[in-house]
Amino acid sequence: MPLNKEIKKVLVVGSGPIIIGQAAEFDYAGTQACRALREEGIEVVLVNSNPATIMTDKEMADKLYIEPLTPEVVKNIIRKERPDSMLATLGGQTGLNLAMELHDQGFLEEMNVRLLGTDIDSIKKAEDREAFKETMESIGEPVIESVIVNTVEEALQFGEDTGYPLIVRPAYTLGGTGGGIAHDPEELKEIAHSGLQASRVHQCLIEKSVAGYKEIEFEVLRDGKGNCITVCSMENIDPVGIHTGDSIVTAPAQTLRDKEYQMLRSAAIRIINALGIEGGCNVQYALDTESMQYYLIEVNPRVSRSSALASKATGYPIAKIAAKISIGYGLDEIVNGVTGKTYACFEPTIDYVVMKFPRWPFDKFTAADKALGTRMKATGEVMAIGWNFEAALVKAVRSLELNLDSLESPFVKKYTREQLLARIGEQDDERLFLIAQALRTGVSMEEIHAITKIDYFFLNKIKSIVEMEEFLKTQSPETLDRKTLLRAKRMGFGDQAMARFLGISEKEMRALRVEKQVLPSYKMVDTCSAEFEAISPYYYSTYGEENEAKPATNKTVVVLGSGPIRIGQGIEFDYCSVHSVWELKKAGYDTVIINNNPETVSTDFDTSDRLYFEPLTPEDVLNVLEQEKPLGVVVQFGGQTAIKLAKHVVDAGYKILGTQLEDIDAAEDREVFDEVLEKLGVSRPKGLTVFTEDEAVEAAETLGYPVLVRPSYVLGGQGMEIAYTEKNIREYMRIIGRQKQEHPILIDKYMMGKEIEVDAIADGDDILIPGIMEHIERAGVHSGDSISVYPTVSLPQSRIDELIDVTTRLAKEMHVVGLMNFQYVISGDKLYVIEVNPRASRTVPYISKVTGVPVIQLAMDVILGKKLRDLSFGTGMVPPRKLFAVKVPVFSFEKLPQVEVSLGPEMKSTGEVLGISRDYNEAVLKGLIGAGVIVPYEGGKVIMTIADNDKQEAIPIGAVLDYLGFDIYATEGTARLLNFNFVAANKVGGFHDPHPNMQDLIESDQINLIINTPTKGRSPMSDGFHLRRMAVERRIPCLTSLDTARALAHCLKLQKTDKDLEPLNIQELGDL
Amino acid sequence: MAYLTLEDGTVYEGESFGAEHDAIGEVVFNTGMTGYQEVLTDPSYSGQLVTMTYPLIGNYGVNMQDPESDAPKVSALIVRELCELPNNWRSEETLGKYMKDNNILGLCGIDTRSLTRRIRNLGTMRGIITMERPTEAQLAQMKDFAVIRPVDKVTCREPYEMGEGETKIAVLDFGLKRNILRSLAAHGAKLTVYPAHTDPHKILEGGFDGVMLTNGPGDPKDNQEIIQNLKVIIDESELPIFGICLGHQLMALAMGADTAKLKYGHRGSNHPVKDVEKDRVFITSQNHGYTILPESLPECATITHINMNDQTIEGLRYEGKKMFSVQFHPEASPGPEDTAYLFDEFLAMMKESR
Repeated sequence: MPLNKEIKKVLVVGSGPIIIGQAAEFDYAGTQACRALREEGIEVVLVNSNPATIMTDKEMADKLYIEPLTPEVVKNIIRKERPDSMLATLGGQTGLNLAMELHDQGFLEEMNVRLLGTDIDSIKKAEDREAFKETMESIGEPVIESVIVNTVEEALQFGEDTGYPLIVRPAYTLGGTGGGIAHDPEELKEIAHSGLQASRVHQCLIEKSVAGYKEIEFEVLRDGKGNCITVCSMENIDPVGIHTGDSIVTAPAQTLRDKEYQMLRSAAIRIINALGIEGGCNVQYALDTESMQYYLIEVNPRVSRSSALASKATGYPIAKIAAKISIGYGLDEIVNGVTGKTYACFEPTIDYVVMKFPRWPFDKFTAADKALGTRMKATGEVMAIGWNFEAALVKAVRSLELNLDSLESPFVKKYTREQLLARIGEQDDERLFLIAQALRTGVSMEEIHAITKIDYFFLNKIKSIVEMEEFLKTQSPETLDRKTLLRAKRMGFGDQAMARFLGISEKEMRALRVEKQVLPSYKMVDTCSAEFEAISPYYYSTYGEENEAKPATNKTVVVLGSGPIRIGQGIEFDYCSVHSVWELKKAGYDTVIINNNPETVSTDFDTSDRLYFEPLTPEDVLNVLEQEKPLGVVVQFGGQTAIKLAKHVVDAGYKILGTQLEDIDAAEDREVFDEVLEKLGVSRPKGLTVFTEDEAVEAAETLGYPVLVRPSYVLGGQGMEIAYTEKNIREYMRIIGRQKQEHPILIDKYMMGKEIEVDAIADGDDILIPGIMEHIERAGVHSGDSISVYPTVSLPQSRIDELIDVTTRLAKEMHVVGLMNFQYVISGDKLYVIEVNPRASRTVPYISKVTGVPVIQLAMDVILGKKLRDLSFGTGMVPPRKLFAVKVPVFSFEKLPQVEVSLGPEMKSTGEVLGISRDYNEAVLKGLIGAGVIVPYEGGKVIMTIADNDKQEAIPIGAVLDYLGFDIYATEGTARLLNFNFVAANKVGGFHDPHPNMQDLIESDQINLIINTPTKGRSPMSDGFHLRRMAVERRIPCLTSLDTARALAHCLKLQKTDKDLEPLNIQELGDL
Repeated sequence: MAYLTLEDGTVYEGESFGAEHDAIGEVVFNTGMTGYQEVLTDPSYSGQLVTMTYPLIGNYGVNMQDPESDAPKVSALIVRELCELPNNWRSEETLGKYMKDNNILGLCGIDTRSLTRRIRNLGTMRGIITMERPTEAQLAQMKDFAVIRPVDKVTCREPYEMGEGETKIAVLDFGLKRNILRSLAAHGAKLTVYPAHTDPHKILEGGFDGVMLTNGPGDPKDNQEIIQNLKVIIDESELPIFGICLGHQLMALAMGADTAKLKYGHRGSNHPVKDVEKDRVFITSQNHGYTILPESLPECATITHINMNDQTIEGLRYEGKKMFSVQFHPEASPGPEDTAYLFDEFLAMMKESR
């Protein structure tokens, strides 16, 4: 079937902000989809609330809406744009749920909008537990014994009937939100309750646990004619029981015989046919380890995280093909872009091993419950490619940027045998390293298998890595022969680890390796195991083999990517990397990307001219540079990951394009930076650098509490805390000390005040400031977690002039060429510089979109030698537009039990959304709605518990809420003060007070809003902590800063709901 | 140390496993990621040094259920990395031990991707694997190597029966894969398997409902006697005939078509084939080095299946005859089971004509 000509205008739905369980993979998918549609001359209307994405670029769609993804908002867009079709299967669970909601309301039919790709009935057959079970039973596919429940009581009954353990899976949620494994009725009660809460339809599946079975996944595509292919099989190294998003996954499946493989492949095809999927689909199985018995775990009738992985693992662009299928094409009509010769209707075959390793946020959330189960906790992932299993695994570990270079983790060395076994049983993020340590200390594989059920094939591989590590420790540079060295490199070890094992420096190790001619070579990812010639392949490294990389040209520029999505370094940097590559291409350069994140657009085979799927370590990067011999390397777009590599690039004799190394260092080096500031007469909060705990305490006493404690060269305020006492300082210094620190720790006087953020492009002479942003929350809340407003709303022109002046002088003095990000605080009517980042920042995509200034393109042009005054946006400050754009952070606290919810200087948000409006309060409201805050439009009940320091400020907020008709419940002190100020408030007891108290109020689902400002310091077991966690589990909006509360109160005064919000087409913003 | 030396002089250095003798053969590659045991025992690989492009081979060991014939038939197996510590509930021994017990040479630790690229670019080549650097004499022997009448070596010696049922099928064994028999028997058919050179009259007079022409090794045109025998069956009966792989080629030759050698053949589990009549593409298992030339087809032949990668003929039907054939392997093993429907069609055809 060729293109369906009736499709002329399509609404593409994105997946919204990055949250745990729904990350950058949908930007990759959405971007591919938009391009696939526009290639066919179809008009694309795009809606997504996430401004950090490439898909929300104005080049990606004809009409672009950065608006909240609620049914009402999308309805308004449909009314305005009148698309004939809607594509929702590439927008994750968010997109799918929206489509189902609009269909169920009859809205799509009413507006004559057809749903492209898989139709609603099919989606329902896959998504609705009961319908799914019925369909599968009708074609004889085994599903696990289970029951659908709507109440906790029904769940308990099933438990009584079938026995434990049981798995709870809420319907229509992503990343397994609210689910878990229950081993007894007590646990079931708790998990079922939160599961029912999390489900859109208040429904859970309770099923018999098949924990310990092999977990196998297939990615399947089907077109409208019924042609089916499986793109890739994947095997979770962690057996059933750990969410696939939290599992270490290898592709292809490694331990299946052809009979087993074909059995599951055929089943996948029967399933996709029975469901009538048109597009992509992911099928997950549990396979017994002792028979051919298998069960279906889950079917996702859409493009998913696994499809992104499968795409990058094989080179097969699943999202693009799914989009083409949705507009009518058959698989046999779409050409395979990698080979240019074959068709999309084939199954990739690979001749290497792929490893996906999750990236968890536990390096930031040290207090979090780290146990892995059915609820996903990873924020991102890395992928590594090797020519054997060991190489793929070790390279994946090296890609994580957790200071681990082998399976030897310094954090697990301290354990005794018993502790090791116990920790392995806890099933957390360190399990692989604990297993390695256990094997190292002589624990048998049988014991480990008994606890973990991990396949012996994998345990043997882990053991072979450990044995190599141990063997290398017995060697010296003199005794190490070439064969062993080559074997070790082929197992993926970096020079750094090998040097440590041998007791020499990394430099010596490299020299030894070069002397013995153990050199990297690059192999292609080509979808076909070399059967056909590939035209746009990508590469991975191995050692001492035929090198397939093309010889260097003399016009290559290498862009360093930003690695896995983690808190503090998200999809924004992929946006920046991709745009820099596109601009380089336009300028006629050969572009190379080095990155290891399978979820991103930057790792698409057709983004750069050549992609190297490699760890972002100095050694791996230098190897690529040696292969490519680039004109220069771009480090300012890949976040802190790329910046950290700058020194190594320069030391190896390569040229950095844009701001030079010494100027990058000047921004990070306290003393040098202080000199710059002094010279310019610019103030910054007083501060000192220290290395030890005692020095830190001394510094704090010199500066006076409170102080900010933070390591230098970090992202997202990692390890940053406000210390009020010596005890705080000592605690934080110990946490920081867990990570290897090459650089000093910074102790700064903490300044309370208004925070301002400026992104600027400088060319050495001139500067262009696209816009200035102001934070709603005062300094002290990390800029990534603050609500940020463009343009500024509270600054007089004189202050703006001062900001422009200081920024301009700083940029010039620091010899910035390209992008720079400045953070200021206004405290006591004085402007202070808090931080200068000589690189692209988190706000670049946001500011680019709302100002219409193509920031990355201009920065790249400047980096390549052009002058701002010759470019089309001129110099100086771009006049602010007549609109308000409010960036609101999005958190994933519900996925991370025991994590403190209140905001502080360490970043906690996983993503962001944008609210755009002509009216300031409406923009804030859009932002909050987009961020998933369940805004209490109709009033209701609010709990206010306010720390003593903040109480006075809370009065006017209480007054507004009171005026809006809220019933205020407050703890004794707060209630008394509110009442005293003529704000009606009911007194309610705390958690330890007699019932009925606050807990009862919340548990009876009566509360619509909680405003809670925490008492200072970290005390995870306090009442406030419980209150905030309860709010998160029950999805009650919980504001921990009065600034946020005030903003929300003013939004509510608008008396608008999402129905009343007018969607704005970004392309038309210029006309406002 | 062991050495693979190709006709063009290229040498790959690796380690031997399994048997320790030298081996000469045609070097080919298979891109399937699973199914090494089925590949090893597929008689169509007879006379070949088979390279697996997937780098980890032996992961799930070897068992007694999965072989496609009584013993390995390849001349040697070439892998990137041999797994010595396999794990699978069915595994009985390691691949290395199995090959040693069956006296089959293995070569591991070579850059199989480089070898594959070489074959892809230059075409299938002869090669020799030796424990020492090969002598001039050995190289000369390699260059002269030709597989001569390989079907004779792999066909059964005596007829035998298998399965129970109303439908009676004569199977001509050119080097069959067991799953062809299993697939037919699963339909409730009684099979009589005959050696390749069986007198056609024996089949014509055997009271059969149809004839199955199986897969097998080598150049189809080496089998002139069989081709003549097939002509007899075709001319003197109305029996439904189904051909697979070599069976497909021999049927075409018997009908007057011609075959030619492909540059590097099709061997793997991912080959897309379009069923022209159904307008559907199926992923197929393939293992062949020769193809039927479209321009040589008799007028009565209709192309029913086409390879989506290189447009070669993958299936034929003959007007006025109850005969059809496919180049690929609907019996899978290894590979996808998507085209098993062809056995249904064969059974239906026999039922209809009975």
